[in-house]
Amino acid sequence: MSEQLTGAQALIRALEHAGVDTVFGIPGGAILPAYDPMLDSTQIRHILVRHEQGAGHAAQGYASATGKVGVCMATSGPGATNLVTPIADAYMDSVPLVAITGQVASAAIGTDAFQEADIRGITMPITKHNFLVNDPNEIASTIAEAFHIASTGRPGPVLVDVTKDAMQAKVDFHWPTELSLPGYRPVTRPHPKQVREAARLIAAAEKPVLYVGGGVIRAKAHAELKELAELLGLPVVTTLMARGALPDTHELHFGMPGMHGSVSAVGALQRSDLLICLGARFDDRVTGKLESFAPEAKVIHADIDPAEIGKNRAADVPIVGDCKEVIGDLIGALKTEIAATGRTPDYGTWRHQLEAVRAKYPVGYDEPEDGSLSPQYVIERIGKIAGPDAIYTSGVGQHQMWAAHFLPFEKPMHWLNSGGLGTMGYAVPAAMGAKVAVPDKTVWAIDGDGCFQMTNQELVTCALEGIPIKVAVINNQSLGMVRQWQTLFYDKRYSNTDLHSARIPDFAKLAEAMGGVGLRCSDRDSVDATIEKAMAVTDAPVVVDFVVHRDAMVWPMVAAGTSNDDIRIARDMAPTWDTEEL
Amino acid sequence: MSKHTLSILVENKHGVLARVAALISRRGFNIDSLAVGPTEHPEVSRMTIAVSVDEQPLEQITKQLNKLVNVIKIVELEPSQTVQRELLLVKVKADTLTRGQVLETVQLFRAKVVDVAPDAITIEATGNPDKLEAMLRVLEPFGVRELVQSGMVAIGRGGRSISDRTLRPVPVPPPHVATGSPALQAKPVDRTADRPHHPVPAPPPGHRAAPTSTAQTASSQA
Repeated sequence: MSEQLTGAQALIRALEHAGVDTVFGIPGGAILPAYDPMLDSTQIRHILVRHEQGAGHAAQGYASATGKVGVCMATSGPGATNLVTPIADAYMDSVPLVAITGQVASAAIGTDAFQEADIRGITMPITKHNFLVNDPNEIASTIAEAFHIASTGRPGPVLVDVTKDAMQAKVDFHWPTELSLPGYRPVTRPHPKQVREAARLIAAAEKPVLYVGGGVIRAKAHAELKELAELLGLPVVTTLMARGALPDTHELHFGMPGMHGSVSAVGALQRSDLLICLGARFDDRVTGKLESFAPEAKVIHADIDPAEIGKNRAADVPIVGDCKEVIGDLIGALKTEIAATGRTPDYGTWRHQLEAVRAKYPVGYDEPEDGSLSPQYVIERIGKIAGPDAIYTSGVGQHQMWAAHFLPFEKPMHWLNSGGLGTMGYAVPAAMGAKVAVPDKTVWAIDGDGCFQMTNQELVTCALEGIPIKVAVINNQSLGMVRQWQTLFYDKRYSNTDLHSARIPDFAKLAEAMGGVGLRCSDRDSVDATIEKAMAVTDAPVVVDFVVHRDAMVWPMVAAGTSNDDIRIARDMAPTWDTEEL
Repeated sequence: MSKHTLSILVENKHGVLARVAALISRRGFNIDSLAVGPTEHPEVSRMTIAVSVDEQPLEQITKQLNKLVNVIKIVELEPSQTVQRELLLVKVKADTLTRGQVLETVQLFRAKVVDVAPDAITIEATGNPDKLEAMLRVLEPFGVRELVQSGMVAIGRGGRSISDRTLRPVPVPPPHVATGSPALQAKPVDRTADRPHHPVPAPPPGHRAAPTSTAQTASSQA
């Protein structure tokens, strides 16, 4: 079964076969052939963004909110290089993404032709895999391979660079039934012996903790996680990438660990005798100084990527596999272990200790003394009013950490942020992508004034394409996280962190100019009403400029390069471990 | 730090060498030697990479290399159970007075003269790195004018092949759905690289496994 198509038609046909319904992109010279058949596709909606970075983050948002592969498209040269940041972001946070770029004609490759960039070479270290296609007959099979690689194993970005002449040539279209990937065989089934060994360690532990990472979200293993935790009453901490894997309101949930983690979560890891790490990677933002991280703990490390195991912290029981299968098997093995020994492990004492810490050191904040608006309060109220069914995205910085603490995380895939790469400007385009993917849900971008100014041009896209996202600009008139570090570690020398954004730009007017609704709020009493007003707008993007206190800080904090044991709950205030007998 | 020899089977596609070399460099390792060439399967190339690293980072770099989609298989070759060879071409000063001594060295190491000029001769030698080093030490006093060396290639002793099972077809369903079902995926191949690929029979009688660095020993087993 084949028919003669142009390479470009084959490309679009292949995307349709791969199940693509949305592409975010911008046309240009080299990708132009692909945009012609795009016009005829009834399956694919192309969303014309205003900057390729927006296309990439939108595809990420689409993917993270659904688990499907996000697709973005750009032309050669600058179009392709503008995708580099979202591709790197997707690589760090394991987001399934296929980026399609046009390339100059194959005869011109290597000649420094107009708009030529070696995007395959540029993206080699930041993609799971990438392709340069100059044979039109390979277009369909390459697209099939790209989607397979992006979505299986540890998900990640795949770039397909197609030359203009390949798109213009005539080809017989074949959608492949077999893929030629001899070097790609991800392991998803965990080894039974390792799972049994893990069950034995768990049964023998006194102070175990489930250290849960983004892999549980990507594997959609939240139901299994809840079952595992409840089976034995295992305390759970969820990393920044895993917020929502277990509901925050669950009694076994002890918060987010890490540099700005809660005292109970950080303490749980530090004092644990067994870390059961599921789809997390012992990132430096979680471990602090590695040598003093969870010093007494043995480690069970389950990850779909074998290279993550033993990378930062040696594992006593390594398990390679998909989190959903690993946790499912682990539940079975634990039940067998309990039946065989006739003894159900009881972690009650340990749990009570953690509960006491959680009660004594809840994540909270002080209201600013000068009566100005508190950023944490704004975020808390948005979470209360929009509720746990809304999807939240965030930029990177203080507002991200506050959002991670004060939003209501009850469900997986409702919290999208840039964890590994820390890309400022992620929030608005990611919210756009999420809203396109899940149009029935309210999508709030919690953004900072610095971040917002990096990618807000996509509000135009949202206005024109009918994507009514909501953006809360937590406007503290500065690059807040950097300012916080300058306050703490640079003697309050505020070098280049003042954005003056109380005055310029006028975010509300900017939103109006871009076809959205602009609101402003600077006092506590009108916060709820403003949020309600934003919630009532359903036909246009809304931007709320929340002018907040500029010196609010993110606490708790473990200073960079120090031990988690040195966590501070406020400046010069450390929790008193000893009295807690942790 | 210890020396390790990795044999890497890769798909014979453009850009693979760049991927492997860039990954090793990005993760902060230095390549001592690298050789790449075709194998008995036209669609598979084989790289031999020598690196000096500790066990733990070696494991990490092996795992990272295994993640490259074009990398089919990685095997660490134990020196004692492996035949290792390098090729060397060296141009040595040799006039009528010294030519005889140089030729004697060539014979001693079972090397070959491939070009002669009035003031120099060019020598071709193959062998394991120790032997070639030994030969160069002997030649150095005559004056080395130019030297070029290949990367090391290596192959395990015994009858088995590391590429036996690598090329069987992989029936992978096309991704009609965006998230592939794990159950549909093929079984993983054995990719353990921290152990020699296969048990190696004892060397034949009279065989000297590890050469020492003296010229005599090296030449005697060449």
